[in-house]
Amino acid sequence: MSANVELDHVTIRFADFTAVDDAHLRIEEGEFFSFLGPSGCGKTTILRTISGFLEPTEGSVRIGGRDMAGVGPNKRPTALIFQNLALFPLMSVADNIAFGLEVRGASRADRRRRADELLSLIALPNHGDKMVSALSGGQKQRVAIARALAVEPEVLLLDEPLSALDLRLRQHMRTELRTIQRRVGITFIYITHDQGEALTMSDRVAVMSNGVIQQVGSGPEVYNNPATAFVASFVGENNAFFGKVARAENGHAMLETSFGPLRGRNPKGLKPGEEAILFVRPEGLLLGAGNDANQFESEILANELEGSMVHVRLAGATPKAITVSLTNDGSAVAARPGARLKASFDPDRATILPKGPLADE
Amino acid sequence: MSAQTILRTMVGFYIVLFFLFLFGPLIIMSVSAFNTPTFPQAYPFEAVTFRWFGQIFADGIMVGGILNSLYIGIGVVCVAVPIGLAGALVMTQIAPRLRPIYYTIVVSPVLTPGVILGISTLVFWDRLGTAIGADYDSLFYSGFFLTVLGQSTFISAYCMLVFLARLQRFDRTQEEAALDLGASHVQVFRKILVPFLRPAILSSAVLAFLASFENYNTTLFTIQSEATLTTVLAGRVRMGTQPDIAALAVIIIGVTIAGAIAYEIAKRREAARERADRDIARRATTDDLVWHRPAEAKAG
Amino acid sequence: MSETLLVLPALLLAGFGLAILLRRPAGAVGGPGFVERNGAVIAAYLVVAVGFWVLLMIVLPQLYMVDFSFRNNLPLPKQGGPEDVHTLKNYRYLLFGPEGSDQAFNWLHLKVFAKTIVASVLVTFFDFCLCYPIAYYIAQVARGGSSRLLFVCLLIPFWVNEILRAFAFRIIFGTSGVLNTVLIGMGILPPDAPIDFLRADVALYAGLSYAYVLMMVFPLYNAIESLDHNQIEAARDLGSPWWRIHWRVVMPHAKPGIASGCVMVFMLAAGALATPQILGGPSSLWFTQVIYDQFFQGANWPRGSAYAFVLLVSSIIFVMSAMRLFKVNLGDIAR
Repeated sequence: MSANVELDHVTIRFADFTAVDDAHLRIEEGEFFSFLGPSGCGKTTILRTISGFLEPTEGSVRIGGRDMAGVGPNKRPTALIFQNLALFPLMSVADNIAFGLEVRGASRADRRRRADELLSLIALPNHGDKMVSALSGGQKQRVAIARALAVEPEVLLLDEPLSALDLRLRQHMRTELRTIQRRVGITFIYITHDQGEALTMSDRVAVMSNGVIQQVGSGPEVYNNPATAFVASFVGENNAFFGKVARAENGHAMLETSFGPLRGRNPKGLKPGEEAILFVRPEGLLLGAGNDANQFESEILANELEGSMVHVRLAGATPKAITVSLTNDGSAVAARPGARLKASFDPDRATILPKGPLADE
Repeated sequence: MSAQTILRTMVGFYIVLFFLFLFGPLIIMSVSAFNTPTFPQAYPFEAVTFRWFGQIFADGIMVGGILNSLYIGIGVVCVAVPIGLAGALVMTQIAPRLRPIYYTIVVSPVLTPGVILGISTLVFWDRLGTAIGADYDSLFYSGFFLTVLGQSTFISAYCMLVFLARLQRFDRTQEEAALDLGASHVQVFRKILVPFLRPAILSSAVLAFLASFENYNTTLFTIQSEATLTTVLAGRVRMGTQPDIAALAVIIIGVTIAGAIAYEIAKRREAARERADRDIARRATTDDLVWHRPAEAKAG
Repeated sequence: MSETLLVLPALLLAGFGLAILLRRPAGAVGGPGFVERNGAVIAAYLVVAVGFWVLLMIVLPQLYMVDFSFRNNLPLPKQGGPEDVHTLKNYRYLLFGPEGSDQAFNWLHLKVFAKTIVASVLVTFFDFCLCYPIAYYIAQVARGGSSRLLFVCLLIPFWVNEILRAFAFRIIFGTSGVLNTVLIGMGILPPDAPIDFLRADVALYAGLSYAYVLMMVFPLYNAIESLDHNQIEAARDLGSPWWRIHWRVVMPHAKPGIASGCVMVFMLAAGALATPQILGGPSSLWFTQVIYDQFFQGANWPRGSAYAFVLLVSSIIFVMSAMRLFKVNLGDIAR
């Protein structure tokens, strides 16, 4: 069984610090939903509120339409996978998996049968009698998933469960998690600071910063149509050009920047005179003059070859370089540091957003 | 000879002297326990005898004292271990502002002279008993009860320190994980916390028993008309020295050495088991990336 | 009087319970309180156990003892009567002796008190000098197995009763003890004039130093053991002589252990009862023996309480000055 989760204007404060500010969204049944944001943005606080370890200061949490106020974590239809997994080191693998059934008073035989079922689901048959300390990192990961699934939760909450794994295993586990979610069909709520994880696995992503939900949308939506300067700079690489709106018409606008006038889409309907930032992805930039005036000139700082891609770094208005990412066809590699050249982009691939804080700055 | 060699020789000499100081008196006492003269002497050694060992167990007052010490020790374990555990758990949860005050209060008995703990326990319960007009054979005047309480005052603090050390390594998310899986608070306590603390419970129980068994300063004030091993011993030793006391010391030293060896063996076994588990885990990492799910498995 | 005696504990107990129940952890306004966090059963266990311990075993007994020390020594029927008032006379007695005495001060008890404190300080200092090299050797020089073996060797005498350890010293230092026998046998002493080590208090000081050696070794060992050996190597590499390495590197690092060891040895020595009873000369007393005599020979509990309180206060002063001197906190000392 699966359930939806509603956050109804949830605010969570610790003393005078607001960890989550007016979060309001609805996660659908059977959805794979991610909260994405840098550490300290409030995403773990939201997860702990959904699982019942925290109560919202204002607003309410509903799971399957039922208000969860006053319902403890042991009474909610959720199961949480902890960042450090929190497997019980003094119990065998099977006892870990069957713990939720044990505390519900299931018989020894039932517990064993269910543990065996789940062990084969996570491809660890015959590992039931081992101690947790005898498992590898990836195996522990799978046992933690099985332990959470054993209580047949309607919502599975995952708190950066892959962060302890090495890169290769992490990428492998992304696919596995997605597959498990499809198979069991319950709602997954996933917390991560790794945009790659969020974008590859999720149906929808909520991007958070400083306790505020900046944008909720599918991966392509968030990547291609960021709603705020923070989202634009946090999700994926982006080049930022600061300036003032000079003209606005037909959903497009022209920004007066230190590199001269640059054009881009104007989804927020900014008016002339407003401070704004134009974002254009490294893969949206081209070297050489374009066929219209949407171009600028800068000096090459470095030229980095990364196999199939070449990243050309250009001097920007801020200490952060402008990056142009090109498919490696041999031509771009010739660009020499120190040379000046022109770069251009299609205005439809650039987004102009109101000025606001960027990620990591 | 270089300066380094001289230094090293001096250090070695010093260590030998130190351990001679530590063990010499015990060895001399042990030897005297097997010597025939009625005044305990190690030298000159006259003849081997086991008479003094037999005498200990024929001595009714001594055996009575040993039994009382055993009962009181068990009583102290039953009081001090639960209190120490509660004290440590409260320590981990108390508001940071109150923590230093709380810590000072509960640790102060460790740094308070034992006689004062005995006196304050005696005076407090005596006055309380007088105030409510309790009978003289009630708990307020029972040497057994007062001794258990007086000793537990500071032994609970020992136990708390043992628990605190263990709790430092406790991962609180385990409690949360258990709660999240539907366990009640009592189940979390019984199935997660207590198993984790089991080694600490065991060692604090042993510590509490031994500390109680050898306590004299507090006991002397609270025991009143009863007697424990230590009060009997002190009385005997003050009056004069007999080899049967040396024999008792030999028994205690023997038990201690046996205990130390058993503890050491248990510790090595534990270490070996943990090493084996880590080896298995290391070998298991190789198949992390070849995880293929059987098609028929189902869940949820 | 008897009503206050009863009402006070009850009130404190109730207040303590309420405080815990109503308290919320600082910081998390929306976080769970004490009861939500532990569940009702466990919360009740914690409150009852800690409440009993703190109030009925630690705080109230001490308060009652202090209160008692300011009272007259009255027979049971007169307690609570008009004569049952607070008085300073028990403390006055310690300072000036019985009223009408021909001496200005109670030299007998004051001397015993001074001797107890001074001798305890000396025993502490002696034990520190004795133990520091050993602790350093086991912690930093000895390797692996031999270090473990030495450590276990230290533990064994630790669990032999204090009374039995004092007894061992009596066998050694008695007039017909091992030491005199050996000295006479070697011709150093004439056969008819053994030295009375007990009367000269030699046995007492040796016995006290011996009894608490391990309370000094263990904290020192723990503190020195946590020092990274590379720091010593680095200091040596920089050309520092060995004594400077100890003074500037090892001892500053081991400060909490030194403080802990010194406090423990001092407290145990000043509060010792068995060792002075067994090894003290017939004419010399330890302050704890004076206290004991007030209780069980003089049957003057208030005065005994007053003397005990004086001992307690001096102990507290010693702990506080050690903490100040070594700049450590209580958590470093009590481990």
